[in-house]
Parts: sequence; C-alpha cells; structure tokens
Amino acid sequence: MSLAAKSLLLIAVLGLAACNNPDRYGAGGAGAGGAGGAGGAGGIDTTGLGDPNNPTSIAYFNQTVGDRVLFAVDQSTLTPEGRSILTAQANWLNQNTGYAAIIEGHADEQGTREYNLALGARRAAAVQNFLISQGVAANRLRTISYGKERPLEVCSDESCYAKNRRAVTVLSAGAGV
Amino acid sequence: MIRPMSRAFRTLMALALGVATLVAAPVLAQSSPPRIVIGQGVIEPMPIAIPTFIDEGGAGDYAREISRVVISDLEGTGFFRNIGEEAHISRITSFDGGVAFEDWKAINAQVLVTGAVSVAGDRITVKFRAYDVFNGTTLEGAALQFAGTTQGWRRMAHKVADVIYSTITGEGGYFDSRVVFVSESGPKNNRLKRLAVMDYDGANVAYLTDSSSIVLAPRFSPQGDRIIYTSYETGFPRITLLDVASLNRQTLEEQPGTMTFAPRFSPDGGTIVFSLERGGNTDIYALSLGGGGLQQLTNAPSIETAPSFSPDGSQIVFESDRTGTPQIYVMPASGGEGTRISGGKGRYGTPVWSPRGDYIAFTKQNEGRFHIGVMRTDGSEERLLTASFLDEGPTWAPNGRVLMFTRETSGGGGQASLWSVDITGRNLKQIPTEGPASDPAWSPLLP
Repeated sequence: MSLAAKSLLLIAVLGLAACNNPDRYGAGGAGAGGAGGAGGAGGIDTTGLGDPNNPTSIAYFNQTVGDRVLFAVDQSTLTPEGRSILTAQANWLNQNTGYAAIIEGHADEQGTREYNLALGARRAAAVQNFLISQGVAANRLRTISYGKERPLEVCSDESCYAKNRRAVTVLSAGAGV
Repeated sequence: MIRPMSRAFRTLMALALGVATLVAAPVLAQSSPPRIVIGQGVIEPMPIAIPTFIDEGGAGDYAREISRVVISDLEGTGFFRNIGEEAHISRITSFDGGVAFEDWKAINAQVLVTGAVSVAGDRITVKFRAYDVFNGTTLEGAALQFAGTTQGWRRMAHKVADVIYSTITGEGGYFDSRVVFVSESGPKNNRLKRLAVMDYDGANVAYLTDSSSIVLAPRFSPQGDRIIYTSYETGFPRITLLDVASLNRQTLEEQPGTMTFAPRFSPDGGTIVFSLERGGNTDIYALSLGGGGLQQLTNAPSIETAPSFSPDGSQIVFESDRTGTPQIYVMPASGGEGTRISGGKGRYGTPVWSPRGDYIAFTKQNEGRFHIGVMRTDGSEERLLTASFLDEGPTWAPNGRVLMFTRETSGGGGQASLWSVDITGRNLKQIPTEGPASDPAWSPLLP
C-alpha cells in the first residue's frame, strides 16, 4: 500500500509524545497525586491531593466520597452500594467542575487475559454512564481498562478477588480530558 | 506402535523355542520402516542412536553442539530415546564409510543418524543420513545437506531433527521455529512486561521492547517478519505493529474513546482482526492493511474477542459471552452471527485454529480450575490436555501437534511460565526462560 495510505491508519508512536498519558501504572511511576504542577515531562498530569478535610480536594474525594466501586464475579452491573457511592461522586464532580476523571476498570485473575480487558472496560463504562446520567458532562470523563493486569490485592482467594473487581475514578485537574 | 521390534522379538522367540511360527509375522529381514503414529495410545519411546557428528574440518565444537541439539529436539518430543555413546559397539569414523548394521541392531537402535559438519570462515555445512537399522537402508528423504553461516548453527540442527521427526512420524516438523512472548518481572500488583522472542526451545532470546509499558498477547505475521500486539504505550490499550528486523513500531490509528486489543493476522498477512471496545461494548473488527477501512464483523451487546482465522482464511473462531458466559463461536471471515461450538460445562475462551485446520485449541475454566483443551472444528471430541490453578492462551506449533501455553501459580508470589504439551496430552514440560514469561505465540516453520 502507498506510504500515504498507510500513514492514515498507522501513526508512528514517537509522534504521540505530546499527548496526555494517563496510564498511571507506567514504569515511570507517577500518576495523579504528588506535589502540584501542571503536566510534567511525558505528558503525565500531576495534581495535588490536597487536604482531606477540604471538601473540594482530591484527597477528600478519594477518602470521604469514595473513589471506587466493586463488582460481583463476571458482573458489570452496579450494586446498590455502588450506585450510592457514584451518586456522591457525581455530586462532587458537579460541584467541583475544575476536574476531569479517568475511570479505570479492573477484573480479578479468574479469567483469560483478553476477556478480562473487555470486562474491565464494561465496568468502567457502567460507572461512566451512571455519572453522565447524574449530570456530569461526558467530555470530563474517559475510561480505561486494565483487565487483570493491575490487581490491588495479590492473594488468590475471594477476599482479594472482591477488592480487585473494581472501577476507580481517578481525578485530574483540568476541565476536560 | 513399534511393530518391527515386536515382530523381531516374536520371531526370535519362535526360533529359540524351535517352533516354526505360524503367526502372521513377516520374515525378519523385510520389516517395514520405523514409524511412530502420534495419537495412537501410549507409545514407548523409539530407541535411536545419534553418535556425535563427525568434524570434517574446523568444526569441533559445532559438531558436538549440533548433535546435542538434534538429540534434544527428538528426545524432547517424548517419542524418541537416544542410546548414549557409552553403549555403542562400533563407531562412525567417516560420513561416507560403511555402517555395520549388526552392531546397531545389537543395541536395539531402530534408527541410526550419522552426520558431519565442516566450517570454513563463517560458513558451515551440515550433512546427515538417517538409517533404518533393521533393514539396513537409508530412510527415504532423510539424507540431506544444509549450508549457511555459523550464526545459524542451531537452526541447522533443528532442520536435521525436523527431517528425521517428519520422516518417522509422517507429521510436519516444528523445531526450526521461533516463539514471541511476554517476559515478566516485578511483583504481582505491578508487573513489568516486555516483548521477547526466542527459539522454540528457549535459546537465542532477544528483547524487542523495554518494560516501560504493559504489553500483551503478541502474534507473529504469517511470514514471521512482523509482530502485532496490544500495548499501553500511548496510555490506553492499542494495537501495535512491530517490524522484527528493524524494531520499528506503529500504532493503529486512534478511534476516540475506544480501546483496541486482541489483534491477529489473516493467513495471507493482508488483514488484521481484533477487538474494538466502545462505550463498554466489545466487538470484532477487521482492517485491511492494504487500505479499505475498518469492517465490523460482529454486532452484539456482549463481549466478542479472541478471534482466530482458519488456515484457509475462510472462517474465524472467536469468544463471546452472549449467552452469559464466555463460549466459542465460528463465523465466516466476512462476519456474522456465528455458530456456537463449545458445548460442555464451564467457560471457554482464547480459541486458536490449528495450522492443520483440524482442531481448535482453547482455555476452559470449570469448578475453579483452568484447562488447555482441543476440540474438532465443529466442537466435537473435546479433550482437556492440562489442569491447574491457571493455564491459559494456547498457541499451536507449526505442525499442529504440539501446544505451548501460559501457566501461572497462585498466591501473592504467583508467577507465570511457559509450558508445552502434545495434542495427546502427553509430554507436558516447561520451556526454559530467563525469568517469568507469558502469552507465547509460535511462528511458522522458518524457511
């Protein structure tokens, strides 16, 4: 195929260096959090967590509002508890419009790799759809799935699996993603 | 079954007892050539003799090492047992000299392989003959010479072993091949992953990416010149194409708000099929590498992933959870509803169509265990070949008779490693890698 046609479909990776890189598990380490500052090298957003007693801080969102919801095995439907946490997340986001969010979907290790990527995406989308239904602007939200690649807990029984089947709302400063 | 041996034994017994045998045993001197039929019950390894290849000039270490690789390949199948040199009665001193077949019959070698290696500068020549010891003849097609650069000495040994293996089993060879996989390090909650390739036996490892982003489930192109895989290098899971020779990488064009993953090549190398996720829903798409845009092959509110082409390119087997749990379906390569072929209890995934076209291998989960299994392409004759805490992601050897897969151990310290098993479920063994490893994909036989 012609070089021009090929270039429509395939983009040299080097050209993407300027883009937002939200993979907070990249080997470079840093994700949302740490000392305040706008986009560092490599396009990683860095936002101060702030004081957990300040209801407009990310720390407050993570610790008091709750940044994650959990799912049953193989499921991506929201539990009643999940809905109540997400309602609180939506309220916070509607009141603090200077933040965007990436919703991470995860799965436990009881499944094959590619299926779990899709399952994690389903979970992230369920959260995203709920937040949008509660009035959060869609352009403030983005989803990513990590499948079973980034478990929170590493033991191989249900006590760990339950915590790994999660969708986490990760905030960053900036009105849109 | 090793019929010549048992016939010979029976005939010897009859002679010893002074009884003329009326059993349908042919005369000793005319037994049929040594043969192993894979898939017919338990097989005693065929005893063979492979004396160290002769150094015909400048080839000392190469002759020894090439012989070792040939023996290792053949013994590694579980179908052959090499009779060590300490048991040999006569020695092969010249490649074109005569063979005292009685000496090799006396140690019960069914097949004798003689070889010779010569080296001049960076050029190496390897020649060999495989003999049917009982009939005192050369095995048909098993007298060859290979020439190339010394850097490729292991490949030549693999080619020798491939000829011997396929002559005796009637199957295609698979030793002269490469495997692409993911090399892992670090703790379970923060695995570092990078792409690597190696010979099928673990030798000649090369690393293709660094560990700075998660990489998953690579596949070779049909020519073995490109590798396609899923990478988080851009921050989101996206399909990436890597040229093996130059290591240049290109990422599939971004469709905003989507994730692309699970890419495979079509058998002619001109199309990629893969999963595309949008708004939480995952379907299978095809992209012609020669232009022509994206084609959606499935359209369902369920997860459709892990596609795999039939070797004639006319069909695609894939995984879908449209009935509530992941199962295996087959559809035409142009897309469609798909027909379910998985039938048993449990969850089925990662289907891969054999290069021989006759089987589909898969991962099955049932009652808390994982299995690698095979089934006919209509779903019949399902057989489970392995069982463990976590086995997944089989890949076929080029001859469609061996599978390699990932096995991961449980718990916080759990680690992944590569294993192979043959299609009868026998000869389960680990592939040596420098560290933990996952997601293997086998190349075609190298040219």
